[in-house]
Amino acid sequence: MSKLKAAYQTLLNKWHIVIAHRFFWPIFLIVGLLFSIAASTFDILDLYLQLILIYVGINIILTVSLNLINGYMGEFSIGHAGFMAIGAYVASLLTVNVFPQTANMFLFPAAILAGGIAAALIGLLVAIPSFKTRGDYLAIVTLAFCMIVKSVLENIDAVGGPRGLLGMEKLTTLPWVFFWTVLSLWVIRNLVYSKFGRGVLSIREDEIASDLMGVNTRQVKVIAFVVSSFFAGIAGGLFAHTLQYINPRMFDIIKSTDILIMVYLGGIASIAGSILGAFIYTILLEILRPLGVWRMVFMPLMLVLLMIYRPRGIMGLREARLFIPLRDLFASKFWRQKKKESGDASAGD
Amino acid sequence: MPLLEIKNLTHRFEGLCAVDDFNFTIASNELVGIIGPNGAGKTTVFNLITGVYRATEGSIYFTGNELVGRTPHQITKLGIARTFQNIRLFKELTVLDNVRIARYGQAIYSPMEALLHMGRYNAEEKRITDHAMELLSIFKLDDAANERSKNLPYGLQRKLEIARALATDPQLLLLDEPAAGMNPNEIKQLMEFIGWIRKTFQVTIILIEHQMRLVMGICERLVVLDFGATIAEGLPAQIQNNVKVMEAYLGKELVK
Amino acid sequence: MVYIFQQALNALQLGSIYALIALGYTMVYGILTMINFAHGDLFMIGAFFCFLIAFYLKLSFVPTLLLTMIGVAFLGVVIERLAYKPLRNAPRVSAIITALGVGLFLENFTLALNPYPQHVPALITDQTWTIGNVSISSLQIIIIVLSLFLMLILDFIVQRTKAGMAMRAISWDKSIVPLMGVPVNKIISLTFAIGTGLGGAAGMMYGLAYPVIDPYMGIMIGWKAFISAVIGGIGNIRGAMIGGFILGSVEIMVAAFLPSTYRDFVAFTLLLILLIFRPYGILGKPNPQKV
Ligand SMILES: Nc1ncnc2c1ncn2[C@@H]1O[C@H](COP(=O)(O)OP(=O)(O)OP(=O)(O)O)[C@@H](O)[C@H]1O
Ligand SMILES: [Mg+2]
Repeated sequence: MSKLKAAYQTLLNKWHIVIAHRFFWPIFLIVGLLFSIAASTFDILDLYLQLILIYVGINIILTVSLNLINGYMGEFSIGHAGFMAIGAYVASLLTVNVFPQTANMFLFPAAILAGGIAAALIGLLVAIPSFKTRGDYLAIVTLAFCMIVKSVLENIDAVGGPRGLLGMEKLTTLPWVFFWTVLSLWVIRNLVYSKFGRGVLSIREDEIASDLMGVNTRQVKVIAFVVSSFFAGIAGGLFAHTLQYINPRMFDIIKSTDILIMVYLGGIASIAGSILGAFIYTILLEILRPLGVWRMVFMPLMLVLLMIYRPRGIMGLREARLFIPLRDLFASKFWRQKKKESGDASAGD
Repeated sequence: MPLLEIKNLTHRFEGLCAVDDFNFTIASNELVGIIGPNGAGKTTVFNLITGVYRATEGSIYFTGNELVGRTPHQITKLGIARTFQNIRLFKELTVLDNVRIARYGQAIYSPMEALLHMGRYNAEEKRITDHAMELLSIFKLDDAANERSKNLPYGLQRKLEIARALATDPQLLLLDEPAAGMNPNEIKQLMEFIGWIRKTFQVTIILIEHQMRLVMGICERLVVLDFGATIAEGLPAQIQNNVKVMEAYLGKELVK
Repeated sequence: MVYIFQQALNALQLGSIYALIALGYTMVYGILTMINFAHGDLFMIGAFFCFLIAFYLKLSFVPTLLLTMIGVAFLGVVIERLAYKPLRNAPRVSAIITALGVGLFLENFTLALNPYPQHVPALITDQTWTIGNVSISSLQIIIIVLSLFLMLILDFIVQRTKAGMAMRAISWDKSIVPLMGVPVNKIISLTFAIGTGLGGAAGMMYGLAYPVIDPYMGIMIGWKAFISAVIGGIGNIRGAMIGGFILGSVEIMVAAFLPSTYRDFVAFTLLLILLIFRPYGILGKPNPQKV
């Protein structure tokens, strides 16, 4: 038994050395990208599995970006689907109406990016009401926002009104989804482990104390909202070019609730949790598809049980070591080493 | 020039006058105590200085800057830091992060650099992390750096709160009942500790406290509040024998 | 003039339904500071109970109303006990999400049992009077009068009875009330019973006025009633009534001048504007945080 444990320890240590290596992430990226390109060009995975993986990716982007607001910042937004809608519509309008059909392959990332930027600009607007400190203020504001987006889209004939928008090519491929997913994870993880990210966390813990410790809480909230809505927009664009059809009703509160479930299933304030939540939920939905309507009964029930028995989710407030910068992970250890080195000479206190 | 100068400060909560025409000055390197019965308005004075509430009337000058109308983080940046009567640490965050958050204003890099972990990010993060660890090791908290702060014992939480306040590089430190919940032995240690902080960090201190032993032992000057008004001011020895103060604490009848 | 009068009557009808539902939101918020997002779906359940009772038991109006209210109130209390009570000391976000989950559950569960929209039988002989060109139906009168009657009873309970006093005490300060011997759990159950019972009554009246009912009917109307509660000042009972009538009037006015598809847009924009200028609604008061 103890032998097994020791073996596990050495393995774990090796693993830590591997992930700490400078080239770990670049290599992971290249391998992943190559695999996803190969999977989609050489029929390694069948189309159905590819589609599921695409949805997993999109859901990871949605989950990790909502986690920034609901998990890391501890505010409560139910308007994420609204940002997604903006990204979906902007990107679709660009590829269908603006960009020349022949160049779509190359301009696709630009369309997705434009969708993200549009959503980010709107996110900037929604950030302003969040300055008011009041428990559920933001829940109400984002709810209203989501409804307004939906009814505005329904009333604009140029985007198809309630009938929605058709004619997108299937431009979302596995490699692109892989790229955007990794980008969103990387950027949000970077943000979390910076002074702004710590500001976000401190707002969740105690906003007044945070302000009193010198954190510019307004600045921090704006950054969090802009980044979060940017990636919701990105996910929206990818979603529209997977389904090749969108309408305003797809982006209502029920969609937001889906994302909420993934956040609270995987775990609040955790990158690993976001990945886990999106993965489990997407797969579960597929597995339970034969249940028909009863699947939709089961899902909310799961959310309620989750809230009662594990309100922070599987990885709530914890992070896989993979995502923690070494400086943070080994802060004490590094410090002790440093003290030892200098302490040998001057014997410390 | 005094470090902090408060003139005619008044604050009302819907009719209740919590601070009434309060005047106060403190020079660099002084240690002044504010005492008074429960509900006298002591904490409210701290809240007004640090910008949590906006004063109804009056003005507060700190190193020549008017504080009324500024937000808490702007005031912190000018060099005022505080602790809280009820500990308000960032409970779920690590001890290290609690201190590093207080160095928000000292880490210089843009949001873009943060998102991409590029540019000044690395050097600045290293700098503030080292500084935070340094501070923690001065407070003998460095071994707990990766612990969640809620897991620290009560006494250490109080210590960490002071360390966090000092991490903002203050000139003026406001301590709100630092001895609350401590036994006489711990209070004795705390007295030495406060004196030591004052020397080591060269800070001016205003201290709210109910524990007379502590107040009388370390404060150079005392201000007594009752119902928001200043009823006495002077050296600890003078305050100790002041009739008005005894009345405020014990009630008029008892004193007679 | 006649037109205005006619529209005012319509506004009164819509407003009283909104107000009745808004009361449920506001009462629960007042006592638990929790947004019970499942409330709109309890309204829907009210409509379905009414349908079941009227269709299968063939009862008349008053017994149907009473049974519907009791049934929905019972469901409300059960939901509170099973889903919300375990979360009373959890972060508030958990409770809100649970409420969203319960709401979705009620919708989809109803849908799973009953995949087709249903038709509520008419319980009242429909009669229309015309007074100087303004037409008014018996149903309209019943909806308005009954709503006002229920609201008056509620106001009496909250202002004049011991239980009502306890409710107000709890929403005033949760920490000291248990010390004074108030049975907090009972009062919370009572609040849920009354709030959801009123929602059930609203569901029934809505079902009578617009007889085709479906499991998703509670979503939009629930949100609208919620807006009403926020407009009036969430947590404030009289505010909820005022908010309901305001929103009802605004919607009828919008429908009179703009295409009806703009109704939701106007309602939610109104909410946003109000939140910017009066974050605590018309009658609500901020509760400042002590430091
Ligand atoms: N946010 C607030 N809203 C309304 N009244 C308040 C608020 N904060 C403080 N008060 C009231 O102002 C008065 C002064 O309160 P304060 O907290 O300053 O007293 P204190 O001297 O610090 O008392 P203690 O020794 O108990 O800490 C008290 O009557 C208190 O109830
Ligand atoms: Mg105090």
